[in-house]
Parts: sequence; structure tokens; C-alpha cells
Amino acid sequence: MARIKISVIKQRLKGRLKVKEETRNFYNGIFIDLGELILFTGKVIRQFFQPPFEFRELIKHSFLLGNKSLALVGVTGFIMGLVLTMQMNPILTDFGAQTLLPGVIAVSMIRELGPVITGLICAGKLSSGIGAEIAAMTVTEQIDAMEVSGSRPLSFVVASRVLATTLVVPVLVIFADAFSLLGAFLAVNIFESMPFTLFINLSFSMLDFVDLLPATLKTVFFGFFIGLIGCYKGYTAGRGTESVGHAANTAVVASSLTIFVIDLIFVLITSIL
Amino acid sequence: MEKENVIVVNNMYKSFKHNDILKGISLTLQKGENLGVVGKSGIGKSVLIKCIVRLIEPDRGEVDVLGTNILKCNDIELNEIRKKVGYLFQGGALYDSMSVRENLLFPIRRTQFVDKMHDAQELIEGSLRSVGLIDAIDKMPSELSGGMKKRIALARTLILKPDIILYDEPTTGLDAVTSGEISELIIKIREEYNTASIIITHDMKCAKIATDSIKIMKDGRFLEQGTYDQLSRSEEKEIRDYFI
Ligand SMILES: Nc1ncnc2c1ncn2[C@@H]1O[C@H](COP(=O)(O)OP(=O)(O)OP(=O)(O)O)[C@@H](O)[C@H]1O
Ligand SMILES: [Mg+2]
Repeated sequence: MARIKISVIKQRLKGRLKVKEETRNFYNGIFIDLGELILFTGKVIRQFFQPPFEFRELIKHSFLLGNKSLALVGVTGFIMGLVLTMQMNPILTDFGAQTLLPGVIAVSMIRELGPVITGLICAGKLSSGIGAEIAAMTVTEQIDAMEVSGSRPLSFVVASRVLATTLVVPVLVIFADAFSLLGAFLAVNIFESMPFTLFINLSFSMLDFVDLLPATLKTVFFGFFIGLIGCYKGYTAGRGTESVGHAANTAVVASSLTIFVIDLIFVLITSIL
Repeated sequence: MEKENVIVVNNMYKSFKHNDILKGISLTLQKGENLGVVGKSGIGKSVLIKCIVRLIEPDRGEVDVLGTNILKCNDIELNEIRKKVGYLFQGGALYDSMSVRENLLFPIRRTQFVDKMHDAQELIEGSLRSVGLIDAIDKMPSELSGGMKKRIALARTLILKPDIILYDEPTTGLDAVTSGEISELIIKIREEYNTASIIITHDMKCAKIATDSIKIMKDGRFLEQGTYDQLSRSEEKEIRDYFI
């Protein structure tokens, strides 16, 4: 009886120790990952300056990646603009500040919501896609094959994709912003009729150039990290087929988090300046 | 005449977590030599040749390839060495988003091996002809059979005219006739370009035709080295067993 109890306790302890160890590995993993990611980033950036350059790959991936998310980003932006306007309208009406509505929507969409939501969508769609694709290449030794023939996969496979997302994400954000204004315009016209030119004028009345610059600049960073993290997760994938799914999964998580961190940093910087 | 050593591996160790794979492996490969490596599945033969091109980082030991210590050299030097070493992957490792032609063109283009497109096309066709698959030139890898993939992969390995070729099971998954042809091809390549090769194989016919000497790998070390005839007539049953 007593013996059984001891063994049960031992078992439980063992289980707990294992959980502890796994947690520790998890946190160690994050820091090791971070260090490796920094090294990886350095290597990738170096590839940007080493010929032969792959313009065809860059254009191909830009087109494919952009095309993949265009519709989703457009629809999301449109709905966000529409919904936000419908929610804000009664509040602003209470204060008698209805004419501010287009401006408020434009500021919140262009400064914050457009970039972040588009960034998250791209993290979900592009980062995971890139992660899975490159992980599949890693698992089937295609990356190794490029490596041993001196073909520098880091430049051909990784750098071209990172550049592509860096170019494409800002464009997608502008696209989302435009559609959100369209949605807002539609919503405003549900409550009252307002000509399009007046709407646009009111929208941009509250925006300065200093608003647009950091908002666009941060989308460039979003794009860069979405591509980079996807590639990193794919490149460092393990050996089995399950690591393809794992790479896609962790790429989404890591790049979504990164987007919020970059956003925070930008807001802090712009509020100090 | 003293022969030139193209690969020298000295006392190399490699383990994965708690799994010791290589425990003090040493080998030398001379110019023009075809060295066979046999051993049970999972013993670490693929790991060994991956360490030689530093796809896997060994824990300890020295690896000299073409006179350069590849564990100490930088990325650019390593890349230059790798261009001179051909590697045939066990699974072929064809780039599945590219056609056969693009698969072969890829290393040429990326390493700027030849300047003119016309020369590249000639190289590609020549290489495909030597593995007997010129008809498959515009197919995608997904349209090829396993054996065809292997032969295309071999063609891609040969295309940069490497000084050293590492074959990871060149004939597995092929019928007896084709694997005989591949073995002959390995010999022909050696005669034409004076390449040195390490040939990992389970196929005793290939080992007999294509290798000058064979090393038997067991427990992370080499058990014995000799020619096919010597080893297959060895006194010890353990060694003879590999040659049945
Ligand atoms: N990257 C790696 N990470 C962890 N373990 C590995 C790795 N590569 C190989 N191994 C392990 O090393 C051992 C040897 O693998 P290897 O592929 O070299 O075998 P092999 O001798 O080539 O066998 P086969 O003849 O079946 O190809 C295996 O147990 C494998 O699980
Ligand atoms: Mg193997």
C-alpha cells in the first residue's frame, strides 16, 4: 500500500519535473531563437549586396504574394472602415461633432488600424506560406542541395522573398487604407448624403505629412519581418514532415507578435519626437 | 608518383543529443580514387559525408577538402570549395518548383559556371544524355518516377564538373540494368575527369564495379578496409556478411 503511494508520488513528481524542463526549454528556446534570428538577419542583409541578383525571383514573389492577399486585405479594409464609421457616428453626433467623423476615421485607419490589421493578415497568410514552403524545401534537402552546389540559397530563396514582402506589404496597407475610406464613405452616406470630394477633404483635414511618414515606414518594417520570420522558421525547420506545419505555425505566432512590438516602438518614438 | 589527397578526415566525432553517431572517423581520399562505404542502415553514412561538406557541423575533428580545412574557413571560401564538390543526395533533392532543365540550369546560373546561355544548354543536354534521360528535359520533377529523379539528380551533380563527388546511394531504387549503367557511368566519369568519389552503397554489384576499395562502417568507426575481393573473401563472417 505504502509502496504504491510512493511510486505514484514519484511518477507525479517526474511528470512535474518534465513540465518544468519543457518550460525551461521553451524559454531558452526563445532566447536561442532570438540570437539565431539576429545572425540570420545579418546574413540575409549581406545577400542583398552580393551578385548575382535575382530580379526575376523578386518580381515573381512580389506578384504572387501580393496577389494572394489583395482581395482579403481589400475586403477587410472596406469592412473595417464601414463598421468603424457606423460605431463612431452616434458618439460624435451626441457631441455635435459629426463633421469630424471622416477625419477621425481616416486618422485611426491610416495611422494605426490599416497597418496593423494588414500586417496581421499578412503575418497569417504570407509568413505561414513562406514558412511552410521553405520548410518543405528544407525537409526534402533542396536547401542543402543548393548549399552544397555553392548556389547560395540564402540569396536565391530567402533574400528574394524578404525583399518581396518588404515591397508588397506597404502597398497592401495603402490598398487597405483606400478601401477603408471607401467603406467609411459608404457608411457616412447611410446617415446623411455627403459628396465624395467633401468626404475626402474632411478625411485628410486631420492628417499631416508627419502622420503618413511613420505610418508608411512602419509597414516597411512589418513587411521585412513578415518575410524574414517566415524564411527563418522554414530555413531552420527540423527533419520530419511535421516540421513543415510547425514552421508555418510558429512563423504566424512570431511574426504577429513582432508586428505589435514594432508598432509599439514606432508609437513610442513618434510620441517622443 | 605520390598521389594527391583530396579529402582528409581526421578523428571526427558527431552526436545528436545523446545519440553518438560518429566516434572518431578517419579517412583519406586520393585524386582519382573511388572509395566505397558500406554499413547498416542508420549507422551514420549520410551524416559522415554531410560533415565532409559541412552541411552538418562535426563536434570534433579535422576535415580537409582540396587542401583547405573546411571547419575553419569562412563562408566565401567554403562556397568556393563546395562548387568543386558534387553531392548526390539519397532522396535526389530535385527542386520541385523547377522543370528538369531549370534544375540543371540552376547551379550553372547561380555559380556563373559558364557565361553563355548556349554553352549552358549544351552542358545540360550532354549531362542528361549521359544519364539517358534527354527526353525528360521539359518535365517537372513530380512527373518523374523515383529512379528517374535519382538519375536527374545525378545529372545535376555532374554538371559543374566537380573534382570530388559524394554519392549517397546512387543506385538504390533502380532496376538491375539501370543500376549497372549508373555504376559504369561512375567509372566513366572518373576516367574522363579524374574525379575522386566516395560512394555510399548497399548495392554490392555497384560496390564491385565502381569502387577501388571499400570501408565498412560500424558503431561510428571504420571496421575494415579492402578491395571488394579481399573483403568478400574475408576470414571473418561478420565482414563477409556485408557482401552477400
Ligand atoms: N540532423 C539530424 N538530427 C538528428 N539526428 C540525425 C540527423 N541526421 C541523422 N541523424 C541520425 O543519425 C543516424 C544516422 O543517420 P544516417 O542518415 O547517416 O544513416 P545512414 O547510415 O545514411 O542510413 P541509410 O543507409 O538508411 O541511409 C540516424 O539514427 C539518424 O536518426
Ligand atoms: Mg543515408
